[in-house]
Amino acid sequence: MKFAILVNEGPFGHQATASALSFAQAVLTGGHELVRVFFYMDGVYNANRLASPPAGECSTARAWSELAAESRVDLVVCIAAGMARGVREANLAPGFRISGLGQMVEAAVLADRLVTFGA
Amino acid sequence: MGPLHTVNKSPFASTALESCLARLTEGAAVLLIEDGVYAALAAGAAADRLAEAANRHPVYVLGPDLAARGLAEASLLDGVRVIDYLGFVDLATRHSAVQSWF
Amino acid sequence: MRRKTFLFVSRKAPYGAGQAGEALEAALIAASLGQEVHLAYLDDGVFQLLRGQRPEALGTKDFTASLVELGEYDIDHVWVERQSLAERGLTEADLLVPATLLDRGEMAEIMAGMDVVVSA
Repeated sequence: MKFAILVNEGPFGHQATASALSFAQAVLTGGHELVRVFFYMDGVYNANRLASPPAGECSTARAWSELAAESRVDLVVCIAAGMARGVREANLAPGFRISGLGQMVEAAVLADRLVTFGA
Repeated sequence: MGPLHTVNKSPFASTALESCLARLTEGAAVLLIEDGVYAALAAGAAADRLAEAANRHPVYVLGPDLAARGLAEASLLDGVRVIDYLGFVDLATRHSAVQSWF
Repeated sequence: MRRKTFLFVSRKAPYGAGQAGEALEAALIAASLGQEVHLAYLDDGVFQLLRGQRPEALGTKDFTASLVELGEYDIDHVWVERQSLAERGLTEADLLVPATLLDRGEMAEIMAGMDVVVSA
């Protein structure tokens, strides 16, 4: 089955990102297809390459990049939400790309299930 | 098959669980994640309401979130089933859509 | 693109938390891409539809300006839960957009019948 994931919270202060990441990994482990992970609202903070939490703390941004490298998952950051929060090409973590909200809609249409993680 | 509803807030801090349970339809299931898992404590004040829902709908709890919070499976309400993330994905495939309550 | 039914669920009041404006923006984009968009307002989400909001005082964008343009995006399905209004002492006359009032059970059935449910 095809899945899409919408992440609406940042990696700090909420568990939503960690849950989304675990869900994404389980989608792949379960033999399903992950069409796209779309980062919206505060979710765009997941893509900030300049965030460098101490080792062992909140390594989710690195984990998304690893997921993209290992499994070719399409990680898309909303351009408008990113611009508003200072997440742009210049500081984008590896594996992410920037595009419009239409990519969220398309992912939801292409996938059999969209799962939202927020707070 | 109806939707799968996820709830990620403690019933002691938020109306998310109550709001979700009040709107369950035929074939719907509930999965408690993150702080939502606190609702499943058998000795907790949300237990009666959850038990009532569990009579008509499957209720699941995400195991890793229980473990992270130091909650034992033995402390949970009877009839609530503990699943892992693979189980979460599997539930999503078996329900018509996933609706998040937070 | 295939046409699906999208439901955007609002359960939070507009300014203290959440992102009412961004949630609405996503709904407008979905509609502009030809999707069948439904907006559901329940619990504190009904406060988003209250007349007379003046968010300029907070330095916040006035998302209600987009709400009154829903018709231009062919968004005809605005669902508001009757009990949520009543619990807050509100009536249909307090709403700034035309909406269909539903009882809790009807709202639950609407939500359960959608292809895609996006919560905010």
